[in-house]
Amino acid sequence: MKRLMIGNEAIARGAYEAGASVAAAYPGTPSTEIVSSFARYPDVYAEWAPNEKVALEVGIGASLGGARTLVAMKHVGVNVAADPLYTVAYTGVNGGLVIVSADDPGMHSSQNEQDNRGYGIFAKLPVVEPSDSQEAKDFTALAFDISEEFDTPVMLRVTTRLSHSQTLVDEGEAGERILKEYKKNAPKYVMLPGYARGRHVEVEKRMIKLAEYAETTPLNRIEWGDRSLGIITSGVAYQYVREALPDVSVLKLGLVNPLPKNLISSFAEQVERLVVVEELEPVIEQQLKAWGITVEGKELFTLLGEYSPEMIAQRLAGAEPAVSSELDIPPRPPLLCPGCPHRGVFYTLRRMRVAVMGDIGCYTLGALSPLEAMDSCVCMGASIGMTMGMEKARGQEFASRMVAVIGDSTFVHSGITPLIDTVYNQGTPTILILDNDTTAMTGHQDHPATGLTIKKVPTKKLDLETLVRAIGIDHVRVVDPLKLEEFEAVIREELDRREPSVIIAKRPCALIDRTPITTTLFVDEELCNGCKACIRIGCTGIYFKDDEKKAAINLNTCVSCGMCAQVCKFDAIKVVEG
Amino acid sequence: MSQIMNVLIAGVGGQGTLLTSRIIAQVAVDLGYDVKVTEVHGMAQRGGSVVSEVRYGEKVYSPTIPKGQADVLLAFEKLEAARWLDHLKPDGIVIVNDERVDPLPVMSGKMKYPEDIIDRIIQLKPKTTVANATKTAVECGNVKAANVVLVGILSKVIGLPPEKVEEAIRKLVPPKALEVNLAAFRRGIDWSVNQ
Repeated sequence: MKRLMIGNEAIARGAYEAGASVAAAYPGTPSTEIVSSFARYPDVYAEWAPNEKVALEVGIGASLGGARTLVAMKHVGVNVAADPLYTVAYTGVNGGLVIVSADDPGMHSSQNEQDNRGYGIFAKLPVVEPSDSQEAKDFTALAFDISEEFDTPVMLRVTTRLSHSQTLVDEGEAGERILKEYKKNAPKYVMLPGYARGRHVEVEKRMIKLAEYAETTPLNRIEWGDRSLGIITSGVAYQYVREALPDVSVLKLGLVNPLPKNLISSFAEQVERLVVVEELEPVIEQQLKAWGITVEGKELFTLLGEYSPEMIAQRLAGAEPAVSSELDIPPRPPLLCPGCPHRGVFYTLRRMRVAVMGDIGCYTLGALSPLEAMDSCVCMGASIGMTMGMEKARGQEFASRMVAVIGDSTFVHSGITPLIDTVYNQGTPTILILDNDTTAMTGHQDHPATGLTIKKVPTKKLDLETLVRAIGIDHVRVVDPLKLEEFEAVIREELDRREPSVIIAKRPCALIDRTPITTTLFVDEELCNGCKACIRIGCTGIYFKDDEKKAAINLNTCVSCGMCAQVCKFDAIKVVEG
Repeated sequence: MSQIMNVLIAGVGGQGTLLTSRIIAQVAVDLGYDVKVTEVHGMAQRGGSVVSEVRYGEKVYSPTIPKGQADVLLAFEKLEAARWLDHLKPDGIVIVNDERVDPLPVMSGKMKYPEDIIDRIIQLKPKTTVANATKTAVECGNVKAANVVLVGILSKVIGLPPEKVEEAIRKLVPPKALEVNLAAFRRGIDWSVNQ
């Protein structure tokens, strides 16, 4: 029976049906649901790794150990895992190894929109690209076969639109979990120079074999139609092409590295005009041009963001854009939730006018109006190293007016090594670990410091305070960021100190906090003078009544965290029991 | 009905657009159609403008609805109805909840909430139904069932068989919330539809 599945769930299903028994990932939009879905199957091992590099290394070990293994990450996670990635391309596999890269054209929830098909070319890996959930399932299963047949890891490249769109999937039978024999084989798995040189030869031979396979694989297919226009496309762009141009000829590529030269040349010869439609980088187009094939691509289509059927219809079929009614509508940017502990953090940091080196998570919203209290955000863990660099460039005086903010999950991901750097190289930073006891942005996944595994099994809990002390930080403070006065006083004390310190701003994410709400807030209109100090904290739990010039609590959204009451200078917001 | 039915569901992160798209999609699956649903996860969900797109018919290619081709816009909030209006066909149908949620620029006083937004929507799209789904949901016993009141109105407008929708609600809503949601759905069905 057919069932609706998001692309990510279909990948997990494909891996399960193909007999995969190990999966590892660090959560990251749009990849998160791949391994969280896989974890629900019986008789499999799945884990949240501390970061993508660890996830891939666990994956390599499992593959070497003979298990079919799935590793998943968002596009920028592949950067973190790039070190093992390039070398596992040399060692090859034992059990099939499929590495999912979930790219984010349009940057729905990312800091860049890099095109990870480039990794396939650079690291010499086959790259498989499905275009809907059914293909996501089928191609994942086939990717395991390719991995074992050609002794190579396979990259399954998807994009946000595929990962998070639901389309119909025909579920198959659960395959048997096969554990291949493990044999020690140092020349294959010990990548010291003498052995790696031998493996590089194998890699190049493999690419030639894969290029031959590309000519005949069912992953690539031609759909003949009107031959005045031929389109070469892959991934979700294929769906847009079929929607916009139902009658043209299409070469749909499911294996985007290596490309099938003969198949493409033959297709090119049989159509009058050839166009490549691919989101982001001209990966396919450039290869065709290198082969001397006349083709159009990025002169018609943008390098930026997601494509759409209407864009393709406009560029290739002369369609007119839809009319715009030009309504002037206030934008609705995302906001921190009511009761969010990060609101206390950024409200305080803005008040103190300190420089803030930021990091990746919900708290990156602290950069936006109305709190606007963040100076930088580059990548996972960057806040701490950047604080160190700032101090070394601008001196200790500047450092005493600067903090790093980093979430608990992000700190475990890649904040530990830069913290060691600050101690080792005698920096004096003040680092705030925003510990909300979860990986909130990606949908509340557990991590080593929550004390629960991906299957919610209790495990040894990483104690951040002990860890930070062991690194050599002597001044560690734990404080609730929604106790504003106390929080600000602690930050001031630690900024004044000419030694490194860590402040753990500890309070659970408002969306997972199960503490019963026992109080209600209300605005005493006699006392409210309409100054809007409470409105400027940017909480949907409080709003301003324009007619009466008074603040009011939105009882549908307020969770009684009491932050607005603390910022009111007129004591107009009252907390009552019940 | 054209070859493909395109339903755009717009709201504010946290309003329950995801359950709504799931119910409609499940009905379409049960009716034997090809179905695609797309929505944005991640950062935008944090109180931002969110949209789900449901498409069904004999064969659906793109998961996104081409701009200007949506048959119905189901909006959980007035401003969000206006924001996505251009995605509708010229004679497209709007079902809008008479609910106001101020976005940040309004909360902070930098911009005004357009008070006449409903009138302007009706001017541009005469086939507009304004419903106080939030109030109806409260009457049914839970404010959170407003999305299912809207599903009721929608199913009548686009001709989804009520028994199939109830079946989908039974599949997708947790048992303890089922009675409230079924009541909300029936209230939606009973809503008179302006044409």
